[in-house]
Amino acid sequence: MSVLVVTEHHRGTWHRISMEAVAAGQQAAQAMQCSLAAAVVGSDVGGLAGDLARKRLSEVVAIDHPQLAAYSADGYAAALRKAIDDLRPRLVLFPHTYQVRDLAPKLAASVGTAFVSDAVGMRFEGGEPIFVRQMFQGKLHADVVPRGAPPHIASVQSGAFRAESAADGDGPAPVRRLAIALGEGDVRSQTGQPYQDAKDAVDLSAAKIIVSVGRGIREPGNIPLAEALARALGGELAASRPICDSGWLPLDRQIGSSGQTVSPDLYLALGISGAIQHVVGMKGSKTIVAVNKDSGAPIFEIADYGIVADLFDVVPKLVEVLGESD
Amino acid sequence: MKIFVCVKQVMSRDAAVRVDGDGSWVRDDGVAFETNEPDTFALEEGLRLREKHGGEVVAVTAGPARASSTLREALAKGADRAIHIQDNRFARADTHITAAALAAAIGREPHDLILTGLQSDDAGYGQTGVILAEMLGLPHATIIMKIEASGGQFRCKRELEAGWFQTVTLPQPALLTIQSGINKVRYATLMGIKKARRKPVRRYSSADLGIDTQPRQEVQRLYQPQQGKQTEFLEGSAREVADQLLSKLRFEARVI
Ligand SMILES: Cc1cc2nc3c(=O)[nH]c(=O)nc-3n(C[C@H](O)[C@H](O)[C@H](O)COP(=O)(O)OP(=O)(O)OC[C@H]3O[C@@H](n4cnc5c(N)ncnc54)[C@H](O)[C@@H]3O)c2cc1C
Ligand SMILES: Cc1cc2nc3c(=O)[nH]c(=O)nc-3n(C[C@H](O)[C@H](O)[C@H](O)COP(=O)(O)OP(=O)(O)OC[C@H]3O[C@@H](n4cnc5c(N)ncnc54)[C@H](O)[C@@H]3O)c2cc1C
Repeated sequence: MSVLVVTEHHRGTWHRISMEAVAAGQQAAQAMQCSLAAAVVGSDVGGLAGDLARKRLSEVVAIDHPQLAAYSADGYAAALRKAIDDLRPRLVLFPHTYQVRDLAPKLAASVGTAFVSDAVGMRFEGGEPIFVRQMFQGKLHADVVPRGAPPHIASVQSGAFRAESAADGDGPAPVRRLAIALGEGDVRSQTGQPYQDAKDAVDLSAAKIIVSVGRGIREPGNIPLAEALARALGGELAASRPICDSGWLPLDRQIGSSGQTVSPDLYLALGISGAIQHVVGMKGSKTIVAVNKDSGAPIFEIADYGIVADLFDVVPKLVEVLGESD
Repeated sequence: MKIFVCVKQVMSRDAAVRVDGDGSWVRDDGVAFETNEPDTFALEEGLRLREKHGGEVVAVTAGPARASSTLREALAKGADRAIHIQDNRFARADTHITAAALAAAIGREPHDLILTGLQSDDAGYGQTGVILAEMLGLPHATIIMKIEASGGQFRCKRELEAGWFQTVTLPQPALLTIQSGINKVRYATLMGIKKARRKPVRRYSSADLGIDTQPRQEVQRLYQPQQGKQTEFLEGSAREVADQLLSKLRFEARVI
């Protein structure tokens, strides 16, 4: 009986949230009073397995195969099914990454069990896990319990656990190699190298002040209002994804998990609800101000200063006051 | 090409979410509903592929009676027909049961491509599409931003983290989960709305489909999240609030 953590790396470098999942695994194994294994999947993963073995783990499971050099849902699901068959874990924990969105539901469906995705918290009652998930775009939280036969599979949201709290072991954990047979036809997809679309490359990461607009701005004709505020504050203009998707601002001004990550001194969120995919890109800001007409908007959970109001009333006044003080 | 598009009806974005009496789901009386946003992009992508390659677009939903308005909207935009899986005992169905229901309905017909949204705006598990693919034995790719169909293959642009992308090629038949923003969705025309009334909607109950109804996960309790940070709320007229904020940013936070 064990807990299994599945790590993620890209061409030999850890995905930064892998160690957060290890930290979650250590908590779970302690609460469930069982052993903890961590898996690393890929091609030539000996170095990574050795690095992982420094953590406090019962063992590291390395699944190494040339066909696993690049991620594929078929290949990685087969590798992890093998690990599940071998270890018979009660709980399998993943970091909630885009790769895991692609992989874990398939793995769970193929073993016929639950995948509790994107947990922001975890607690235990009678040795059984209860996961906390955001629902309704973060407006509510839910306690979700896996049902049915194990292994139960779950993933933890970026930032929900602290990578630094993943403890090192007294000595290196043993590394076990699991061999899998993968033929040519077993992986049905072909994947290319990652690329970025050619872009003007506005680098917002150096900006000290960012004024960011969301769907609350309503139409492209209102963007100049936010622009005026950004100018008055000497800051940069940025946006949530729907604004960039609609072409109201260029893609390179998008903040969030699929855009840029910023940590300015001041982040002013205008009409942004505060969905997690946006928040991960700006929660490191020193001071966060939110203007939103809905007092229940999740953006207020991370704001230092909150203004529950219509942005079309407040923003012109901010511009006006800034103009007077010049 | 036979294309199935899974569309879910969700509460509209501005609806006030209210936890119901037993604290385990939300009340859905007196609120407006709409089609889950990524699913509208999935439907548009299906319609464009049909316009290019010929074939048929079938909109599929699992949900209560009110979800028929989501199907009508899809038919008005151009879907050829619809499938409605309806069963009131399934109001709390998890992703596994929902995918099983969709698989049972779609699996009994020939299919070349199944499109879903990447995630719902309500429960937001972000997994129903991938489970459905596995149940039907199809290859899948997620968070798709472009699809090119040719020579029995789908060449797709898959979104990765932090502004990166990757090309994924899959053999037909396949399932793809669509990201918002992949295209510009069309509006239903008056003509489309008229025509939709005559398009066939096939209805199934869970008994018709004979699906496994054992839940794999359950919501125990739904509640307001706790405040992570101590937010200072500023109140007053717009002018007062503006004055307060700027003075706080200058003298308290010292960031401007
Ligand atoms: C895989 C994936 C990746 C994603 N990547 C990103 C990303 O990188 N960046 C990103 O931002 N999103 C991303 N998203 C989308 C994200 O989930 C949200 O849908 C998005 O952030 C919502 O944008 P929004 O806050 O502008 O809009 P909404 O959620 O629609 O919020 C609009 C807000 O404006 C308020 N409002 C409306 N009118 C007014 C007014 N007059 N005055 C004041 N307030 C008003 C409303 O109360 C509401 O809170 C991603 C989603 C997925 C699934
Ligand atoms: C017969 C039946 C009736 C149901 N009635 C209700 C109800 O009254 N109220 C309620 O809240 N829930 C109902 N559900 C359950 C509901 O659909 C769940 O919300 C869903 O399983 C949870 O997944 P999710 O919303 O997180 O979807 P995600 O996994 O986030 O969804 C990803 C994608 O899968 C597709 N998808 C997901 N759910 C459906 C669906 N139901 N129909 C078509 N496509 C879908 C969409 O394309 C979506 O973008 C019902 C389910 C069934 C099978």
